[in-house]
Amino acid sequence: MSGVTTLDRLRLRDTGRIVSLDGREDLLQRLMALGFLPGARLEVVQVAPFGDPITIALDGWRISLRLGDAASIAVEPANGRTSSRTEVP
Amino acid sequence: MATAAPALAAPARLATIALAGNPNTGKSTLFNRLTGSRQTVSNYPGITVHKTSGTLIFPGGRTATVLDLPGAYSLAPASPDERVVFDVLAGRISGTEPPDVVVAVVDATNLRRNLFLVSQIADLGRPLVIALNIVDEAEKRGIRLDAELLSRRFGVPVIPIVAKTGAGIGALQQAVEAVMSSPAQFAPVVWSDPVRSALSILRESLSPALASRLGPQLLPRLLFDGTTVTAAGNLDGNGAVSGPIERARQALRDSGTNPVTVEAGTRYRHIDALLDGIETRPDPAFASQGYSIDRLLTHRLFGMMIFAGMMLAVFSSIYWIAQPLMDAVDAAFAMLAEAASSGLTAWPMFRSLVVDGLVPGVGGVAVFLPQILILFFFIGILEDSGYMARAAFLMDKVFAWCGLNGKSFVPMLSSFACAVPALMGTRTIEDPRARLSTILVSPLMSCSARLPVYVLMIGAFIQPQFGVFWAGVALFAMHALGLFTAVPIAFLISRFLLRIRPLPFLLEMPPYRMPRLCDVGLRMFRSGREFVLRAGTIILAFSVLIWAATYFPRPEGVRGDLAQRVAVERGIPIGEADALLDSELAPVLRSSYLEQSYIGRAGHLIQPVFAPAGFDWKITMAVLASFPAREVVVSTLGIVYSVEEGDDDEVAQRLGDRLAAAEWPDGRRVYGPAVAIAIMVFFAYCLQCVSTIAVIARESGWRWALFAFGYMTALAWLGAVAAYQIGSLGFPGGAA
Ligand SMILES: Nc1nc2c(ncn2[C@@H]2O[C@H](COP(=O)(O)OP(=O)(O)O)[C@@H](O)[C@H]2O)c(=O)[nH]1
Repeated sequence: MSGVTTLDRLRLRDTGRIVSLDGREDLLQRLMALGFLPGARLEVVQVAPFGDPITIALDGWRISLRLGDAASIAVEPANGRTSSRTEVP
Repeated sequence: MATAAPALAAPARLATIALAGNPNTGKSTLFNRLTGSRQTVSNYPGITVHKTSGTLIFPGGRTATVLDLPGAYSLAPASPDERVVFDVLAGRISGTEPPDVVVAVVDATNLRRNLFLVSQIADLGRPLVIALNIVDEAEKRGIRLDAELLSRRFGVPVIPIVAKTGAGIGALQQAVEAVMSSPAQFAPVVWSDPVRSALSILRESLSPALASRLGPQLLPRLLFDGTTVTAAGNLDGNGAVSGPIERARQALRDSGTNPVTVEAGTRYRHIDALLDGIETRPDPAFASQGYSIDRLLTHRLFGMMIFAGMMLAVFSSIYWIAQPLMDAVDAAFAMLAEAASSGLTAWPMFRSLVVDGLVPGVGGVAVFLPQILILFFFIGILEDSGYMARAAFLMDKVFAWCGLNGKSFVPMLSSFACAVPALMGTRTIEDPRARLSTILVSPLMSCSARLPVYVLMIGAFIQPQFGVFWAGVALFAMHALGLFTAVPIAFLISRFLLRIRPLPFLLEMPPYRMPRLCDVGLRMFRSGREFVLRAGTIILAFSVLIWAATYFPRPEGVRGDLAQRVAVERGIPIGEADALLDSELAPVLRSSYLEQSYIGRAGHLIQPVFAPAGFDWKITMAVLASFPAREVVVSTLGIVYSVEEGDDDEVAQRLGDRLAAAEWPDGRRVYGPAVAIAIMVFFAYCLQCVSTIAVIARESGWRWALFAFGYMTALAWLGAVAAYQIGSLGFPGGAA
């Protein structure tokens, strides 16, 4: 599937749409209870000074999560670009 | 605030109202508005989750108990907090009825996500009222919500309120009273056919007795949360439940439904249908309102600088502002002791109990209050403003690798002032594993009570021999020691010891809000009161116990023998010598009594254990006697070495001289730099502080309190032995 990456690889200000979630059962349950559902739109609004964790805007509110957990969330970047985290603003 | 006392002839059972909701929805604020200062904090039976409850007086005079449940996003009981929410609402706490009414507090600016928990709660079948909170902010952000229409769609009363100002609280109380007599039900979720058949498979494969005890409302939770519900351990006979769960889940999988994701999908579809056409989504321009300063506050440079500045302010306030207050408390209790001492001369034992046991015991509790109140003032401001989440966000990476998380920072920092308030402050950490690790390592930070020990030893043995520079280095090293030990210990504890699954670090960033002083004040009041009532009693009991060990058995002969010796040494009549024991030689008499006390005997008995650290029986005894509080070691040494009383500086100076002159029976000096360092290392590591132990027990149970005491004592002994042995090589002229 081209154009699909994981949330931990998005850069600051990137937006995307959740495609699917995959990972530890309890993590998935928590994420989905919070509204991380396929189809939801999100934006990376902050990256912590040490590069981890990141803050996501989702459905009008904000939550931060660690890159390790963000890797469970497959997203399709809104601009169709798969980016790797090379630069931390 | 109402001051009316509850009616004396209380009804047989008070109605219970439970407040439930997501974190940051204003639950505690609403709780404060409903109960005023009629609040208490206790524990749920058998677990260490705090139970905040209070009394609500309805306008008609009727009273009810209000329970402020921990904030939760879901009923899937992954953390102890969430389990409590689930257990209380499902009526699974032994000896407690399920609440008569559940008030679901929802954030109007975030209705969709908030309704997820509400719809789960609704399935448990309790009468429900929805408090639609923070409508003021919603309005500002351009979110319009028609509460009437919401009520009709949801099937339960929806009352718009502003908990912060108290607007709408009256209407909420009316709705709650109304629902008590005619319960309302939230629009139930309609499960898909595969889910329904999986539920009936589950029901049929459970034993009939178990199925009827669990009731139909709990079945969906068993199916969806499966492992977490049974792992919670509060379902009898795990095997009887996990087999059927697996069978039902397999049936779901066979029909192409994922048992892990089906609940959230179904509920959010249900919620979206309920909200269809009701909520006008905010204008995107307003969506980031309340977040605008985040760019600055979480900036990698400025954000860190502001963070450092704020933490410095918090720390120095605890350290320096609390100091005069603590001194005042100390002075007040010293005056009290003085008064008691002169008033009770006729009853020496009772006098000693009051002067040396009770008064210092109560004073030892009261002296913590300034620090607790100051720390909880800051925690209140940091939490209610939303900054605490940012601080945790900034610091998380630093702590994550050793099993802690960003929220461990404030407690660890505060521990440098005092572990007692810091441990109470760990309540802000949701993840049970990170919280327990933080509790277990925070006492390693060098608190201000260790300072007198360092000052005494450095002043007597480091500074005179090596100069001011090395004295400073030694003081700094003592403070760094705990910090640098805590990190690997935390790693080991959370990696190998704690069999608790860590929670994923999912941290909501609430919008910035102005904290209300009144809510901050109530938080301070709650924690101060709880400390005095719960930990205070334990501290007092131990103070009296240790007093008894230093006072008894007080053999008759001690005084006579001493008078005899003095008479012979000085060539004076025995009567004259005896009189000296009440004046000039009083310190020597006190010292002799102490040597003969149980604790003095224990010092002799245990000394061989501490011999490798270079401790003689006097130091050993002082270590034992300082169990209630480390700083006591200085005054105990003062008594052992018969130092005349005086003001603190004089006593310390004289004590230093005495220590420097102390000899083993064979004439070698007891003290030198090596022993001094060993003593400092011992006190840097040990957990000689009843208050800390009592608070650990309060926060995580006695088992962990004993564990903390055990590992820190072992560490202290090892550290002291290592310091002495290495030191003796390095300072050959010193001790050995
Ligand atoms: N604007 C506004 N803020 C509120 C309201 N109710 C509570 N808050 C604020 O929201 C924050 C979180 O409140 P708190 O009671 O601690 O939430 P809890 O985590 O659910 O207990 C605090 O800063 C409160 O002052 C309200 O009705 N309107």
